[in-house]
Amino acid sequence: MTRARRNPLNVGLMHGILIVYTMIALFPVFVILINSFKTRRAIFREPLSLPDADTFSLIGYQTVMRQGDFFGYFQNSMIVTVASLFFILLFGAMAAFALAEYRFRGNTLMGLYLALGIMIPIRIGTVAILELMVSTGLVNTLLALILVYTAQGLPLAVFILSEFMRGVSDDLKNAGRIDGLSEYTIFFRLVLPLVRPAMATVAVFNMIPIWNDLWFPLILAPAEETKTLTLGSQVFIGQFVTDWNAVLSALSMAILPVLILYVIFSRQLIRGITSGAVK
Amino acid sequence: MAAPGKSSRIRWHIVVFLAPAVLVYTAIMIFPLFNTLRLALYTEVDQVRVFVGLENFRTLFGDPRWSDSFWNALGNNFWFFFIHMIVQNPIGVLLAAILSHPRLRFAALYRSAIFTPTILALVVVGFAWKLILSPIWGIAPEMLDAIGLKFLYAPWLGKEEYALTTLSLVSVWQFIGIPMMLIYAALLTIPEEILEAAEVEGITGMSAFWKIKLPLILPSIGIISILTFVGNFNAFDLIYAAQGALAGPDFSTDILGTFLYRTFFGFQLQLGDPHMGSAIATAMFVIILIGVCIYLFGIQTRMRRYQF
Repeated sequence: MTRARRNPLNVGLMHGILIVYTMIALFPVFVILINSFKTRRAIFREPLSLPDADTFSLIGYQTVMRQGDFFGYFQNSMIVTVASLFFILLFGAMAAFALAEYRFRGNTLMGLYLALGIMIPIRIGTVAILELMVSTGLVNTLLALILVYTAQGLPLAVFILSEFMRGVSDDLKNAGRIDGLSEYTIFFRLVLPLVRPAMATVAVFNMIPIWNDLWFPLILAPAEETKTLTLGSQVFIGQFVTDWNAVLSALSMAILPVLILYVIFSRQLIRGITSGAVK
Repeated sequence: MAAPGKSSRIRWHIVVFLAPAVLVYTAIMIFPLFNTLRLALYTEVDQVRVFVGLENFRTLFGDPRWSDSFWNALGNNFWFFFIHMIVQNPIGVLLAAILSHPRLRFAALYRSAIFTPTILALVVVGFAWKLILSPIWGIAPEMLDAIGLKFLYAPWLGKEEYALTTLSLVSVWQFIGIPMMLIYAALLTIPEEILEAAEVEGITGMSAFWKIKLPLILPSIGIISILTFVGNFNAFDLIYAAQGALAGPDFSTDILGTFLYRTFFGFQLQLGDPHMGSAIATAMFVIILIGVCIYLFGIQTRMRRYQF
């Protein structure tokens, strides 16, 4: 290739810009994390230095542990996220298979109907959703959140998965049919394993917004036993505004699980976004 | 393909495959959506729901006690969106253009690092920036001091004239990863031959970017714009976390999401009003619908899709 696109000056400039922006992106996270391990004095004296033997303190974390049930919140977030993802993937894949595989009257219409929700945020219907949950007695249950997030995630899941399922070879499915497999077996045994990469993309896409959502936990499940980690940290921080150690520790405890998940899944996530966007 | 269409018999497996998704989606999303639009036409008198037609909308747009808040929130929301568009897209394109450069070292590392804020909860982001910008802690003024710009510092989140812009920038900081990745993906799909052909013609560097790459990634910028629009017009978490439900100072950061929350749920002395809440939700629905329609019929159809 030509030299024009490989100018050392440009390379330096490019790295410069990227390094500056990387620092802008990571700096706040870094500052919160390091200060959560410091004494109150050190937080204000030297906010930008790392904790050392003198300034190290876990007092914030101790307050958080005593005052808020962060393990409970974490567990709730876990249950809600995992269950929602499970239903989004299962129901989404089933519907996507029906739309991609069979020709029936109303197929296109059904596809359009399910796609409506990609662009229209479910929050618009909050008033009636709350009313529905009140009348069915689901307020302050995790099930209410799971149902809402499943409904929210389905449109995009069906859309992405049906695109993928159209690519699964017909020969394979027809061979299965000749062998006398039922349509259900064909779906679960033959097709699902083949679309696993697309399922992973859908899962990763949905995971972050569900885990991070504040709106629905705040409105549908604000009780202490059903608080998610996001809502729990929000409420906790609101109560302890002046206790900087506790606030910084609570923020760190909300950041860390997501950060760990991100380190594990970042490749999958980024591949998902870039491959999904090509379409 | 499909089992031969015996049109008289229902193929039950299709029903079974579709039913769970359609049921959950209809019951939890579509039905409440339309029910909310319907509730906007009612009000409550002595704990009885009565039909009042468009009265709630007349109040919302006509009664100064409501309309001032509504137009304020709408105006703020447009400013919020405007800041996103003029800051997020150029920076996103710049970062993506650099990252897509062939043989750039550490590209994956930069990409993951810059995407990090996007995975954090808005609640966390809101508080984190609130602390960093706080005059009490003094990180922001200290850092400005280090580069000799201390005179620029102001308690941005506490000043009416800056607070909304500051929060918009915080939101951009958080979401920049998404436009960056989408444009990055679009840039990767541009075939090498086109760029080489341009090079033969003497079009390289910046002019290659403006004349060849930018036109080719316009569809992606269109998608990003509509995603940003929809996201911004139902945003809530960041403002709520940083400024509370009152969206202070003096409602200067109030957007439709926080206005809906206050109206629907009530705050301090004002009681929650689901019917006025529904009216606001309906207004949001219409705004988002208009935005999506402008995109689908006005922008997307005019943009040529380049297929290679």
